[in-house]
Amino acid sequence: MASRPELQAPPEIFYNDDEARKYTSSSRIIDIQAKLSERALELLALPDDDVPRLLLDIGCGSGLSGETLTEHGHHWIGLDISGSMLNVALEREAEGDLILGDMGQGLGVRPGVIDGAISISAVQWLCNADRSSHEPRLRLKAFFGSLYRCLARGARAVLQVYPENLAQRELILGSAMRAGFSGGVVVDFPHSTKTRKEFLVLTCGPASLSSATQQAKGEDGESCSDDEDISGDEENQSVLVSDRHRPRKKHKLNKKVKGKEWVMEKKEKMRRKGNTVPADSKYTARKRKTRF
Amino acid sequence: MRLLTHNMLSSNIKGLTSGFPLGIEVEKTEEKEVEMNADFLRNMFAKVEWKALVEAAKTLGYTELPDNVEPSMLDSDEFLRRFHHALLELHLEEGALVCPETGRKFPVNKGIPNMLLHEDEILLQ
Repeated sequence: MASRPELQAPPEIFYNDDEARKYTSSSRIIDIQAKLSERALELLALPDDDVPRLLLDIGCGSGLSGETLTEHGHHWIGLDISGSMLNVALEREAEGDLILGDMGQGLGVRPGVIDGAISISAVQWLCNADRSSHEPRLRLKAFFGSLYRCLARGARAVLQVYPENLAQRELILGSAMRAGFSGGVVVDFPHSTKTRKEFLVLTCGPASLSSATQQAKGEDGESCSDDEDISGDEENQSVLVSDRHRPRKKHKLNKKVKGKEWVMEKKEKMRRKGNTVPADSKYTARKRKTRF
Repeated sequence: MRLLTHNMLSSNIKGLTSGFPLGIEVEKTEEKEVEMNADFLRNMFAKVEWKALVEAAKTLGYTELPDNVEPSMLDSDEFLRRFHHALLELHLEEGALVCPETGRKFPVNKGIPNMLLHEDEILLQ
């Protein structure tokens, strides 16, 4: 079974000419990328006024996600570290302007000019130190710092990520918060290993101005989009991780694990299961002396 | 690479006061027609650095842009068309972008600028 691409080689080497071509000709990948881009654009919550906007596509690769942006009428600037992937994007006549660059070095975009940013399956590459001079934390800091600066006030960034584990997830989220972003994580299909997708939805500006995290996808007709026909038996779940100020717990949570009521319920349960349970009497769950 | 993008990019090298605007060295340009959208142009007008745009357009050979602008000029169709042409239809295909302070060149091939920094140019905090 193939391991994660992030563990095999740095992105500019992993996505060489062959891999770039394979990636872009796989209909399955094209399909997934298109769906992810649509969802990211949805989460970007741009005003519904048919005005084209200037968006950033971070880790644009061969332009699969950029195509979705173009279809919605927006202008976009794409950044990617792999020259081979960008060449494929040129072949596919991507409408956006492409830049060969490393997001971990900072985006190099002027402050306050971008109306929105999306990133599909790219940011987790920052968590790996691909060179001895790399320090993932610093790269994440450079990335999120420059991203925060270049976004216009009230603009959002939606980053779809594949973190390897909890530590990576926290690393990415922590760096984003420290850069000044507020927002949360939207998890579509949290219980399915195959279809589970995580989106970081980040806003510039104080938390009170940004709207609450959107509904994640699942069944029960609670999905945001009407067009998608994603059916699943999972309940939806959205995890709101806002500012660093977390209210401290006032008191210890008291679970009721003692008391006659609880003991009686437990005995009933065991009986239903079919275990042998002593009969109930006046002595059941009677308060014993403390030294018992 | 369009002048729209050029107007948004700044040099990322460490220790600069301002990496904007990047100078342009032209080897090859192209013109590609694109549909005009007045709303987008009005939106971008506020964000664009006008002087940088005029300079860049001149370097690419387009001199029709006025040097001084006011928001009232957005009502003129003629102005919008010129703005649109300079912003979205002129492409730098081959050449280089030049950092205004260090003179470091970022080569542009097939319309893609290579903004990758060398190890010693990255700002590490």
